[in-house]
Amino acid sequence: MCTMIAKQIRISGSGKGASGWFTLKEADVSYDHPFDAPFEHALNIDFVNEAQGPGARVAVELSVEAARALVETIQAVIKQAEAGGYLTEKAAVKK
Amino acid sequence: MYQTNMYEGVLAETITIEGFHGDRINAYFARPLGPGPFPGLVLAHHLPGWDEFYKEISFRFARHGYATLCPNLYFRAGHGTPEDVAAKVRAAGGIQDDQVVGDLEGAARYLRSLPNVNGKVGIFGTCSGGRHAYLAACRVPIFDGVVDCWGGRVVMKEEELSPNQPVAPLNYTKDLACPVLGLFGDEDQGPTPEQVNRHEEELKKYGKKYEFHRYAGAGHGFFYYHRPSYRQEQAADGWNKVFAFLEKYLS
Repeated sequence: MCTMIAKQIRISGSGKGASGWFTLKEADVSYDHPFDAPFEHALNIDFVNEAQGPGARVAVELSVEAARALVETIQAVIKQAEAGGYLTEKAAVKK
Repeated sequence: MYQTNMYEGVLAETITIEGFHGDRINAYFARPLGPGPFPGLVLAHHLPGWDEFYKEISFRFARHGYATLCPNLYFRAGHGTPEDVAAKVRAAGGIQDDQVVGDLEGAARYLRSLPNVNGKVGIFGTCSGGRHAYLAACRVPIFDGVVDCWGGRVVMKEEELSPNQPVAPLNYTKDLACPVLGLFGDEDQGPTPEQVNRHEEELKKYGKKYEFHRYAGAGHGFFYYHRPSYRQEQAADGWNKVFAFLEKYLS
């Protein structure tokens, strides 16, 4: 089914799309039909820049297990970086 | 029935039609060549968008004798690859029901305006398109038959309602003015077999003409030959049922 389960957050960073690198402004997270992953539903993340049109998109479609593992890994890496004193204000947040 | 010594030809192209509120949107129009008259068929594309699958089945319906019009229901989301545009709509939680109904009505009106359409127009959809086809057929008495293939969220819980989808299509069943064909997989997570039963109860309650077929060993999207959900045997039978239904009610 189409779950229509979707949330958007504002982000900063860069993504590499079909036409090269571009500035990311939003991340769209949904649990709904993927286009390619071989599941009925997937945890989909689209890193986008809406102002640049629908083509400014870097897409991933993950199994639920992969999505959970990714979240845990990201948290662990950030924690390790923080413990090592690497998360200076300047390095952590690019305004 | 087609015989090998018959002439056949199809013209398929992008056109512009009037949709919701008179907005101009684009649509894929595939129709048989010849004077007709041909039955008309509107296709409500699925959540993955106005994509290759829908272009291909537009062509298929046209080869079977239907003037087939598939409006781009995501036109207002901007332009890009079908996937990129559909991803934008997915992130927004889908499109507004009122807008979809208006666009599908506009497609039906376009077909009815053509001199070589026989005065009958059906509507077909899969996935969210099945829901949209059913919703449009309930809300606008312009269709002569509706095919709902595994349309999820026809039956909706209160907490699933949103500004874009404020009313469950099930609640409009009393207004349905044409026969409905429903194809569903028993292993589908949405609509679940229980939701299909609930839908059927509502059709019975209001004395509507309907055919529901449930397929064992199939889940969601069992016509999609490009996806792991494809089920050959069930899909072949389902297509036969679709064409039999359309011939019965649109000829």
